[in-house]
Amino acid sequence: MSTQAKADLRTEMTGESTRPRRSLWGDVWLRLRRNRPAVVGLLVVILMYLTAIFAPLIAPYEFDQIDLDNVGAGPSLEHPMGTDELGRDVFSRVVWAARSAAFVSIAVAGFGLALGIFFGVLSGYLGGWVDTLIMRLGDVLFAFPGLLFVFFIAATIKPGLTAWLKAIGLDDLARSDYLDYLVVIIALSLVGWPGLARLIRGQLLSLKRREYILAAQAIGVPTWRIMRRHLLPNAMPPVIVAVSGGMGAIILSEATLSFLGIGLQPPNPSWGAMLYQYYPYWRHASLWPLLFIPAAILVVVVLAFSFLGDGLNEALNPQLD
Amino acid sequence: MLAYLVRRLLWLPILLIIVSFITFALGYYGPADPIVALLGRHYDPEIAAQLAHEYGFDQPFFVQYVKYLGRIVHLDFGESIKYRNQPVLRLLIPRLLITIQLNAVSSFIGVVIGVGLGVFAALKRGRPTDRIVVFGVVFGRAVPVFVAGPILLFLFARMIPVLPAGGWNGIFSRSAILPVLLLSIGPMAIFARQTRAGMLEVMGQDYIRTARAKGMREMGVVIAHALRNAFIPLLTILGFLLGSLVEGTFLTETIFGIPGMGQFAFEALGGRDYPVIITVTLLVAIAYALGNLWVDLLYGFVDPRIRQA
Repeated sequence: MSTQAKADLRTEMTGESTRPRRSLWGDVWLRLRRNRPAVVGLLVVILMYLTAIFAPLIAPYEFDQIDLDNVGAGPSLEHPMGTDELGRDVFSRVVWAARSAAFVSIAVAGFGLALGIFFGVLSGYLGGWVDTLIMRLGDVLFAFPGLLFVFFIAATIKPGLTAWLKAIGLDDLARSDYLDYLVVIIALSLVGWPGLARLIRGQLLSLKRREYILAAQAIGVPTWRIMRRHLLPNAMPPVIVAVSGGMGAIILSEATLSFLGIGLQPPNPSWGAMLYQYYPYWRHASLWPLLFIPAAILVVVVLAFSFLGDGLNEALNPQLD
Repeated sequence: MLAYLVRRLLWLPILLIIVSFITFALGYYGPADPIVALLGRHYDPEIAAQLAHEYGFDQPFFVQYVKYLGRIVHLDFGESIKYRNQPVLRLLIPRLLITIQLNAVSSFIGVVIGVGLGVFAALKRGRPTDRIVVFGVVFGRAVPVFVAGPILLFLFARMIPVLPAGGWNGIFSRSAILPVLLLSIGPMAIFARQTRAGMLEVMGQDYIRTARAKGMREMGVVIAHALRNAFIPLLTILGFLLGSLVEGTFLTETIFGIPGMGQFAFEALGGRDYPVIITVTLLVAIAYALGNLWVDLLYGFVDPRIRQA
């Protein structure tokens, strides 16, 4: 019997289609691949996270290794991007800063997503006063414009956080180099969740009333199966778009905080802190190229995330075309 | 519409009380002891205790909060810790005026040029000029203020040294050109993008074809029919614009050394001058809430469909 005949027989007996199965994600990948800026964005993003993971192998020096005999040197084989005013290797600092950016973006996206799903599902599922309370709490956080609240939290929680960490015996975390990361992550996570919670709540509310959910309920599909097979896959796409676009925003926020001196502080490596350190060199005779290094990297990373986010948005919502 | 208005207006004071509570609580539990920061090397426990008593820091949390609310109602925001015996409000008002001028001019220029570019790009859809605008918009949105600022300084104060690198001699002086340019990039990019999208959508509508069929001149079609309708969604991003301006102000004023509210707040963040930090946060939150309320009401007024919902 030929394979085709076998397949036909199988179809007849089991009622399953033998059309090559294309999953939702296979479809998304196909559409994403056709979008050239999105592919470039994806490659840059992957490169950034790989750099972050392998930073100790890539960076020729430690990020805080000072060499006062070699201050403000131009690019050379030993120092591909030259050295700064303390003789630190700029390329190594850039590479280590990728790790800071990657760490902060993953942690904040993770916490934000966890809080967002928790409050969003609670809100959308329970409704009533719980819903009102959570949404109003979100409104209050939305009442602070842009990054102002993040500035405010980052500037105020540090001493309290130090005291608290020491009190519960986590003295190691209370060291200034870890503390900066904690402050940035807490400040950004606290402000990031209401948007996601609102999105997930909205998705749940609108999906609950769709015909195919009602149909599934009517033919007696168990609730958990409805959630897994119907609710979740359909609720996720906008969340994925929001989170992937949000990662770029988180990296930018971290850089902004560090630029203002309330995020990661030297010697911790951060593109924002590097830019703050280098930007006064715009009028310096020989050190001025330094300012363009963190500037260019930040622009490329932000552009990459926005291309990827737009590409994912189109790939996940094909009805847009 | 009336119920909507009442609901929105009632929410406002509640919001402000919660906001003031959050800022006060974080200011109370968070920052390093301002007395220590103030006295520095001259720290002496006796003087510190006396100062703490003078500022009322030795009283319980809720007593301090209620007293604080009472003072706010009388527009008394306390005294700065860094500038002793100077009321925060008196320090803030001249700086606020500079910031408001800077923001007003920047957003006006940004919105006008942005809308113009958006309309222009939409009319030249797919041609090279459209592509240039679209590319510029993507780039303008991706370049953060604190990246563009130093680059502008490098270009216009060093490579072509035609503009002053900082300071402030009023909004009509040459020192305002670079900061205004920097602050207007954001609004320009957002408005160009939204206007272009709105125009493209509107230009495909039947009433545009009808207007053309009646023999209306293209200019009239664009202005009287297309732009009027494309404007409605633009109102919603006005609220968003307010938020991005606040952030941009902090960075721009810091980079160019402009003695406005942003730089003042930045200084206060570093010096843990928390009466100033709380006041700035509170005032900006109030301004932002009022701005959003205004935008929502305007939106309801312009688009009757919103009122029904």
